Order: sequence, then C-alpha cells, then structure tokens
Amino acid sequence: MAEHGATVLRVCRAVVGPVDAEDAWSETFLSALRAYPDLAADANVEAWLVTIAHHRAVDVGRARSRRPVPTDTLPDRPAAHADPAARDPDLWTALRRLPTKQRQALAYHHIAGLPFAEIAELLGNSPDAARRAAADGLKTLRKHYREDETA
Amino acid sequence: MNTNLFDDLAIDEGGTLARLHQRLEHNADSAGVLDVAYRTIDTPVGTLLLAATTVGLVRVAYDIEGHDAVLAKLSDTVSPRILRAPARLDTVARQIDEYFAKRRTTFDVPVDLRLTDGFRRAVVEHLRDIAYGHRESYAAVAVAVGSPKAVRAVGTACARNPLPVVIPCHRVVRSDGATGQYAGGPRAKSTLLDLEAA
Repeated sequence: MAEHGATVLRVCRAVVGPVDAEDAWSETFLSALRAYPDLAADANVEAWLVTIAHHRAVDVGRARSRRPVPTDTLPDRPAAHADPAARDPDLWTALRRLPTKQRQALAYHHIAGLPFAEIAELLGNSPDAARRAAADGLKTLRKHYREDETA
Repeated sequence: MNTNLFDDLAIDEGGTLARLHQRLEHNADSAGVLDVAYRTIDTPVGTLLLAATTVGLVRVAYDIEGHDAVLAKLSDTVSPRILRAPARLDTVARQIDEYFAKRRTTFDVPVDLRLTDGFRRAVVEHLRDIAYGHRESYAAVAVAVGSPKAVRAVGTACARNPLPVVIPCHRVVRSDGATGQYAGGPRAKSTLLDLEAA
C-alpha cells in the first residue's frame, strides 16, 4: 500500500492544495488501513486509494471552508516544517482557478491514471462530462501556467 | 497526456512522505488499526525482518526467506494492516543488537506464537528453555516434548520456528555433533553458535 503514497500525495496536492494535502493524505491512508481487510484480493489498490482520497479531500475542503479566516494574525505554520511545494505555489495557484470538478478530473486522470468511467462515478457525472472536464481543465491550466514549456 | 505539467507536485515528495508516514504510524497505532508493525535490522547474520502484533513479536525472518514473501504471508495469515513502524520494535531491535555485541544472553520481549501450533508449538516452547551457549540434539528435543520417535518432525519444527535468533532453534544440532540445517542457512547457524561459544 505504501508504494502508492507518492501518487496519492500528488493527487491530494492537485485537488486541495499543498497545505491541506497532508491532512487529506493522512486521512486517506488511515481510512484505507481500516477498510483494507475488506478489499478484494484482485482490486486495483491505487485506484481504490484515489477513490478514498477523493472523499477525504472533499472532507478536508469542507473543514477548511468552515474554519474562520484569521485577519490580524500570521498563518500558524512553522517555516521549518512547511512544505516546499507550499512556498512555491505557482501550480497550485493555477489549479485553484479551475472549477473543482475540472481540477478533480485532471488529477484523477492525468496523475492517477483512472479511466473516465471511474472518475464519472466519483464526480457524479457521465464519462463524457468527466473527459470534457479534464480536457477543459488542462486547456485552461496550460494557458495560465508555464505556457512556454507546455505549449 | 502531459505529465511534465504536474512535476511540481512532486516537490520534496520524499521528505514529505517520510514525515507523513511517521504520522500515519502513530495515528494508526493510536486508532488500533496497526495490526502488524515491522522493521528490518542489520546483524552479522544479515538483515533480519522483525514483525510484531499488539501482543508481541510474531516473526523474525532471514534475508534468504525473502522479506517480501514473509510480509505477504503475514498479510494473509495475520492481517493485511501491515505498516513499517519501527517504534513497536525498538526494544527487540536493541536487544538483538546487544545479543550480537555479546552484552545479552536472553531476550526479554513479549512474543506472539500464533504462527505455530500443535506439535511444532510444543517444540518451539521447549526451545525457549535451551540456555545460551548450550546445545541440544534433535533426538533430545524429541524426547523432551514426549515424542522420542519424532526426530525428523523436530527438525521441521525448528526450521519453521517463526522467531529464529530470539527463540534459539540454532541451539538444536545433530547427535553426531554436526550443526545441521537452519532457516537462515548453515553459515548463520554456525555464526550464532560460535558467538555464544566464544
């Protein structure tokens, strides 16, 4: 299971951003450990983990939106512990501009390699809609992020 | 498909994953979903895999047994909730270090003998009484467990000892004085016997 840790971290970073990604990752693997004994022996573990990550990322996102936004204090995040990805937030800045479903479809397809049929189940839309969301997301992302390298 | 675009998501992945894994070990243990913790330790007889349940040490495995195969077997027979989580194995790892440094002659850690039962378990239980530096023949062990004719079965039971080194199956040798077979290979067995004799 641990061998999929990197993919899940990238998916979480793409969907909820570099800071919340750590909580989403932790919750994903803890949930996975709980549920692991019930997983079919021939199941695709990575796809299963990404499915859990999707739900945990949604939870983390909800918790974040309920959290009060401090106005007169600095973020309570020790610099030594901070994720370098959080200090170089260009990609996340570009991703954050996308509608949530586009960001999710992009991450699940282009990072985790999930087929659009499975992504559609997660997002509650059709495979065609999931494919379009990923394509539109990628197009917008290319426009806003490192145009020179991805053109 | 453009994977380059997402390369920045991999920034400091190794460091972050190491930190997250530590956090997971801790949280999983507190949440009671860490059924089997494991780590490896380097010794004069090669890298040993150590695995423990919440009850105690459940498996010690030599390199030549194939650590991946051993973990897969643990996943099937004990629980698939297995994590590399060194904390639970700190005490036994320290004691094994001390043993190889000749600063320890007995192991004082809780053990979980669920991987052995019946006759083999009786043999394994008896092995625990063979003191440091002593040797016993397969035939003598067979007598001790009440099945004097089961010499060959004693050999199998020793070979299947789930906790080699910690439960000293290496102290069982052939009646003619030859060291005999060993799960860690004959050279490992000689190394342990020589260490204890020195």
